[in-house]
Amino acid sequence: MSETDSNSGGVAEPVISVTNLVKQFGRFAALRGVTAEFFSGKLYAILGDNGAGKTTLLRTIAGLNRPNRGCVSVLGKTDIRSSCREIGYMAHPSLLYDEMSGMENLRYFAHLYGIDDNLRCERAIKAVKLDPTLSRPVGQYSQGMRQRMSLARALLNDPKILLLDEPFSNVDVRSAREMVDLLMKMRDSGKTIFVVTHQAGLLDGAADEFVMMQAGKIVSRSSDLESVQAQS
Amino acid sequence: MSTSLKITSATLAKDIRLEWRSKDAINSMLFFALLVVVIFSFSFDPTAEESRRIAGGLVWVAFLFAAVVALNQTWARELRNHVLDAYRVSPAPANPLFLAKALGNFLFVAVLEALMTPLFIMFYRLRALGPAWQLIPVAALGTRALVVNGTFFAAMSLRTRNREIMLPLLLFPISIPALLAMVNATQNILTGDESARFWIVLLGTYDVVFTIACLLLFETVLDAE
Repeated sequence: MSETDSNSGGVAEPVISVTNLVKQFGRFAALRGVTAEFFSGKLYAILGDNGAGKTTLLRTIAGLNRPNRGCVSVLGKTDIRSSCREIGYMAHPSLLYDEMSGMENLRYFAHLYGIDDNLRCERAIKAVKLDPTLSRPVGQYSQGMRQRMSLARALLNDPKILLLDEPFSNVDVRSAREMVDLLMKMRDSGKTIFVVTHQAGLLDGAADEFVMMQAGKIVSRSSDLESVQAQS
Repeated sequence: MSTSLKITSATLAKDIRLEWRSKDAINSMLFFALLVVVIFSFSFDPTAEESRRIAGGLVWVAFLFAAVVALNQTWARELRNHVLDAYRVSPAPANPLFLAKALGNFLFVAVLEALMTPLFIMFYRLRALGPAWQLIPVAALGTRALVVNGTFFAAMSLRTRNREIMLPLLLFPISIPALLAMVNATQNILTGDESARFWIVLLGTYDVVFTIACLLLFETVLDAE
């Protein structure tokens, strides 16, 4: 599948393409030959029941799982290590140290990306509507605050691709809507965003495409939530 | 400063900060080593001469067992909230993480040794008859042997179900040559019977070989599923 580039009129190259992706954990096949292309500046909502393979697909794109068969290409490179600077990954667990404050956590992760600038950390925290001066350790944050700080960590390196696994879980409706607004802004600035979620309704009208997964396969893709749910 | 050096120092500073706040490793190590000193000193009543012969073994076995506690803690921290995944998705190379963890463990075990050595001397009435200054390289090289291998094997047993049991199972057999060198070198220095030079050189060689092997293999261990 390719897409017409609205600016140049040519055919746009996919930001991420996965080809015949198979991932097995022992005898359980989490991904069963997934083939898909995803394009720049779009917000994709990945839907499906538990065990459908959503998280495995995201982790494989992030380079955390090695596929048993098939390949992943990110920004035209099949070696994900070479493009990991352009990926922001938010997992279901917070990926934060509970004993350190939000700012201390971000300062440490900034070093891993070669960022020495404290302002970048502050900006990422402010973007998710948290206070960078908060000295409380992350372990004492509410679940919603922890989710937002986890999103701030994923935004830290200003990535072109954002992979978000359940960003709205345990977040109140108002905060979740604020997060959706932020994601839309980032999408409009050209970032490609993947959101794995069970709360598809939150992304109705925001996501460019809904991708439905079932039993390790993509079963339908549509810009309309109702039709993707009906097709599955 | 190079990127790798910056990541190493940032990770080391982070680990020291976390240990300072939680004191998980240092408290457990101190408690364990203290128990060994007290229990053995009450179980036996050695003469000064006997003490010099057995102290090397006693001290190093106590430090080895106590170090295992710290080594398990090192990686347990990275497993909570899956923080290790944040490192793995970043462009940071694997070796700075290993170096920082090994340096951190070296520091924690060195603090334990500094606190426990006076107690060992007091309880076992120890006085070196050989060149006492040689105990410093023995302690430094011995501690390095324990923590470098320990950090590596603790990372290796990270994803196993019984990692607290797995670590000693992997670490102790491979540490036998180093332990033998540490015990014999310490005993030779305390008794003054023979030179400890051979054992110190053996310990140094062991350290170089295993540090290189661990650095070469760590990336594979980190990315293993």
